[in-house]
Amino acid sequence: MNRIPILKLRNLLLVTIQVDMHDQLALQLQDELTTRISETGARGVLIDISSLDIVDSFIGRMISNIAAMARVLDAKTVVVGMQPAVAITLVELGLTLPGVRTALNVDKGMAMLESATRESEDVQAVDASHTE
Amino acid sequence: MPVTRSEALELRSASDVVSVRQAVRTWAIDAGFSLVDQTKIVTAASEIARNTVAYGGGGTALLELITDGNRSGLRVAFEDHGPGIPDVQQALTDHFTTGTGLGLGLGGAKRLVNEFAISSKVGEGTRVVITRWK
Repeated sequence: MNRIPILKLRNLLLVTIQVDMHDQLALQLQDELTTRISETGARGVLIDISSLDIVDSFIGRMISNIAAMARVLDAKTVVVGMQPAVAITLVELGLTLPGVRTALNVDKGMAMLESATRESEDVQAVDASHTE
Repeated sequence: MPVTRSEALELRSASDVVSVRQAVRTWAIDAGFSLVDQTKIVTAASEIARNTVAYGGGGTALLELITDGNRSGLRVAFEDHGPGIPDVQQALTDHFTTGTGLGLGLGGAKRLVNEFAISSKVGEGTRVVITRWK
């Protein structure tokens, strides 16, 4: 069975979904990504879905689950590159991906994650200085 | 309604769901659907195909290119001989699920197509027919 590669770049994990995923592959990605966040202490996850030509309720649920699990592990998730036809269909299907941050492309997604992780580090730094 | 082309596909596993998705995409392109319309019927087919495998214990998907006067469309009929759905109206309600899903499958698929028909008998199986016109 093929796998979807997860790349680590500094404190971020990057995933590009380039295959038409069957359900088990989607579940496997969800599990592996959660494990990698915990192993690497990654602060952000960027999922590029620009090659996906559909997102149905199962894949939508996987994306929401990844974002929720990442949040519990103190990491932020950004989904980038959704095709317009996919966005239209997703909303009509009834899925709006609550709690999932999105950006139009990888550049914008990276900028979003970098500022979000910097902010949370600033907050931690302020907390630390208060307790000194 | 005249059927200009048809093909039956097996639905036994999660990878068959992917095959059905890809076949529906190819047929929707052949039927001259816009990208948004292709995406809608492929997504609807994916939802129903998953139900056929997950709840119906597998079955078939029958793809048909149809014409009605001067309009053309794509019709996909999903059939299984599984346990059937005791309350179809309830199953069509958003966020109703007996499994682990979001409960958007049937109701969501219905919103993505022009025509949607479902018939189910407990102990005999379920048949869902979706049609999208160009």
